[in-house]
Amino acid sequence: MNHKYIPHTESNIKEMLEKIGISHVSDLFKEIPEEVKLKRNYNLTRSLSELEVTKIIRELGSVNYGTDDLICFLGAGSYDHYIPSTVNHITSRNEFYTAYTPYQPEVAQGTLQYIFEYQTMITDLTGYDVSNASMYDGATSCAEAMMMTVSQTKKNKVLVASLVHPHTIAVLQTYAHFRNVEIVIINEKNGLLDLADLETKLDQDVASLIVSNPNFYGNIDDYSQAVTLIHNNKSLLVMVVNPLSLPLIKTPGEIGADIACGDGQPLGMSLSFGGPYLGFLTTNKMLMRKMPGRICGQTKDVDGKRAFVLTLQAREQHIRREKANSNICSNQSLNALAATVYMSTLGKQGMKEVAIQNVKKANYALNKICTLPHFSKVYEAPIFNEFVVKSNVSYDVVKEALLKANMMCGLHLGDYNELLKDHILFCVTEKRTKAEIDQLVAVLGGLK
Amino acid sequence: MKVVQGLYYSKEHEWVRVEGEYAYIGITDYAQHSLGDIVFVELPEVDDELTVDDSFSVVESVKAASDVYTPVSGVIVEANIILEVEPQLLNQNPYENWIVKLELDDLNELDKLMNSEEYQKFCEKQ
Amino acid sequence: MRNYDKLIFELSIPNRVGYSLPPLEVDDCDIFDLIPDHLQRKTESYLPEVSENEVIRHFVNLSNKNYGVDTGFYPLGSCTMKYNPKVNEDMASLAKFTSVHPLQDESLSQGALGLMYQLSESLAEITGMAKVSLSPFAGAHGELTGLMIMKSYHELRGDLKRTKVICPDSAHGTNPASAAVAGFDIVEIKSNPDGTVNLEALKSALNDEIAGIMLTNPNTLGIFEKDIKEITRLVHDAGGLLYYDGANLNAIMGIARPGDMGFDIIHLNLHKTFSTPHGGGGPGSGPVGVCDRLVEFLPVPEVIKENDCYKLNYDKPYSIGRLGNFYGNFSIFVRAYTYILTMGYDGLKFVSEMAVLNANYLQKMLKDDYLLPIENICKHEFVLSGLKDKSTGVSTLDVAKALLDYGFHSPTIYFPLIVDQAMMIEPTETESIEMLNSFVEALKEIAKIAKTDPEYLKHAPHHTIVRRLDEVTAARTPILRWTKE
Repeated sequence: MNHKYIPHTESNIKEMLEKIGISHVSDLFKEIPEEVKLKRNYNLTRSLSELEVTKIIRELGSVNYGTDDLICFLGAGSYDHYIPSTVNHITSRNEFYTAYTPYQPEVAQGTLQYIFEYQTMITDLTGYDVSNASMYDGATSCAEAMMMTVSQTKKNKVLVASLVHPHTIAVLQTYAHFRNVEIVIINEKNGLLDLADLETKLDQDVASLIVSNPNFYGNIDDYSQAVTLIHNNKSLLVMVVNPLSLPLIKTPGEIGADIACGDGQPLGMSLSFGGPYLGFLTTNKMLMRKMPGRICGQTKDVDGKRAFVLTLQAREQHIRREKANSNICSNQSLNALAATVYMSTLGKQGMKEVAIQNVKKANYALNKICTLPHFSKVYEAPIFNEFVVKSNVSYDVVKEALLKANMMCGLHLGDYNELLKDHILFCVTEKRTKAEIDQLVAVLGGLK
Repeated sequence: MKVVQGLYYSKEHEWVRVEGEYAYIGITDYAQHSLGDIVFVELPEVDDELTVDDSFSVVESVKAASDVYTPVSGVIVEANIILEVEPQLLNQNPYENWIVKLELDDLNELDKLMNSEEYQKFCEKQ
Repeated sequence: MRNYDKLIFELSIPNRVGYSLPPLEVDDCDIFDLIPDHLQRKTESYLPEVSENEVIRHFVNLSNKNYGVDTGFYPLGSCTMKYNPKVNEDMASLAKFTSVHPLQDESLSQGALGLMYQLSESLAEITGMAKVSLSPFAGAHGELTGLMIMKSYHELRGDLKRTKVICPDSAHGTNPASAAVAGFDIVEIKSNPDGTVNLEALKSALNDEIAGIMLTNPNTLGIFEKDIKEITRLVHDAGGLLYYDGANLNAIMGIARPGDMGFDIIHLNLHKTFSTPHGGGGPGSGPVGVCDRLVEFLPVPEVIKENDCYKLNYDKPYSIGRLGNFYGNFSIFVRAYTYILTMGYDGLKFVSEMAVLNANYLQKMLKDDYLLPIENICKHEFVLSGLKDKSTGVSTLDVAKALLDYGFHSPTIYFPLIVDQAMMIEPTETESIEMLNSFVEALKEIAKIAKTDPEYLKHAPHHTIVRRLDEVTAARTPILRWTKE
């Protein structure tokens, strides 16, 4: 056989077999017992040419609807933001995407330096000293944060605010079940953390409280009382945050949380049907050695040149085996690169301007929608780029009407909480124009 | 490799120095040498109760991490916090730089440990 | 070329910008009316302020300090650094995939769901498993998923005694770490010198507290477990399950399937066997496949097909639960599926044949100068035990560093732990005989220099952008971020 990815010609194969001292390729597999050998071909296609393959894949893609087809007012953990051209140009550099984990730092300074820059930017955003090189996604980084607090406090109950993203709570429950960690949900009140409920449920077994800002309903909470309660109890506070909100709103570091985590998708990553994104995790020096995942540090080479290297590795699985902080042995490096290029391009000013545009456009949309007869505001808290409205028209009718006008409706909260039937979580980012928002309002206003 | 007289030694390469009812515990020259440059020492909490073979500290080098096990039982009365800032002291002078000080439960446990000659021989066989 | 040595922060000039945004358009108002002062950030940010040109030059300069598969030979054992086909990248970057929202109506995402369904069916066929979930984000995440499934299986049967998992001492550190995260205790068993399972050690470790065993086949020394049927019988008879770490699947595609060997749970690495890029450390993807009796435990959601429509099914009461916010690293699925179509049944078999041929050829060519502890036909990789001549004092680390000066990436070193001075070499099928020969030449030359000038090698590399690093200071006094002076 000849294949474009495999350079072996007939005569190459013959020459190599001779050198090895065998006569057939099948001799390379002769110790495999007959009873486990596959005696037939895989039930798959024959090898296809590039033209054939691209046709099949494009056809699959063609039945998808994306943000080029529909104006997106859906968020809930995956956000339609502007991505500058710089991002894809840099992440498409072969030297970056075809490299592996920087095990040989002498030939991986590119990867190591952007990780160092990523760590700097993420700690700058969240207000901490220490970041790892990134993790799988927001939900798993939150699960790792939870396990850090359990390990640090040697307690095994974790309080989770009900307005953490429900998918994240589900992931926390998966991880907690297998590690015998008890999860207790803290209720919400008026779309914010119910402090009275927190006080009732706080006891000496509590390792940590996990909250989200903005929370699942888009509301920005003031966690200053919660952090005092938690710290007085010798427990830790974990905050799940939207990184794009942090140039503007109070950071987890300022609030006094012990760990910040979340999903980096808003920082230059496309929707891509849910992934790959990245999870970030930042904390202060006290918890540095409890931090899972890869960490890059600055050092010098033998000639005294500044250089970067993976460090604090003795925490990790390849050395500590079953005693490691976590089993993670990779990071979402290319996504960390995307985030680094994104934040470099937007810069200090652009990041803040994006945050402000999100707030102002979302508020504009919220106010307009709430003037309509069938829609009303549900919560009074300040918002970032998502908000909840109550609809007197059934969700399916709203969704279909918007689809007909080439718009993607927000999330139906009734799917997550039966008390919130026909409550819709809309998302308005900087990418939405005034005309698009007005069009949304017009369609909603036309509903009977 | 250096072995100091008058100390008790364990097979896990810890040494014990007894002063009255207290014991100082550290790692031996053999241990520091096989770990290489030590970069971090994780210390236990004072008042923790230890029984023989409990791990009470982790000593890390760049490419290895090693648990330190107590050869004797007792309550921790002090941890050598200077090691948090200068972990290299364990490389430079392992017998002067103890990791924890224990209040001993049972002096008889010392009988199970090696003296310096026995430990020297033990290391030669490793 | 002069070494580019700037951090992006050091290029920053106040008020310089590299972006443009449209005007706000909506009625402007004071931001303090929308977000009260006490909820606003007060700390100054030090994000860089640079122009677009500077951003691009900075990162292009960084890329020039990197070595990837597209730069040259990358024989990193156990990582399967094969060529990353470009059409995969093109397909993954189609707007019809990148712009699809994960929570939009299933009817609007039929292409994405269909691709996931077909990829998962293909992987099930390739591995001989009943069903495959694509949710896990990476190999280690796949391991964790598989072990959670193992635990749930025993729990549902009320067999709560089974709290231990067997890992051979030749296993990768991730195996025991994953087992611990899934809440298991680890029983380590000694391997035979060739890394295969010691049947006596296995028999004596098996009892009613053992939930299962984690294996790779071929193993970390590149040797196929001939006794695999006996191993699976022993473990199953003792009530345990067998977990297959798919790190080494590139050796046996089209030849033998883990499902047919008797494995109950497997994970794959799409970034190894299925040619998706390693991305500098990720994103990868670690699908998990299971046999029939474990299907009910797979994570939610699963993609199902009903009346020619694809759906996300959450109705799985015995599922281990959710593993991530959405459905896994979708754009990696597009690449892997593109690859499977490109290779087909015939191409995938050819992949494994040529991967094994390349490894055996290299093994043969190197064993005069490097110590080969296991003289045997290997599979897709093999392990050397440093230089044959031990008198020179030149270590495996020195050889690995010296290789960098020859323009090659180093093999995996000091793994597996059961081989002293290990150098684990995996050439993959995408390298030509000419490339292998030049690699052999470099290693032979290094072996020669080891005899004449060992000091030179102990200070290698000499020609890379930076040379050996002070890792001790980096770990003793960690500098983990840039700070403004």
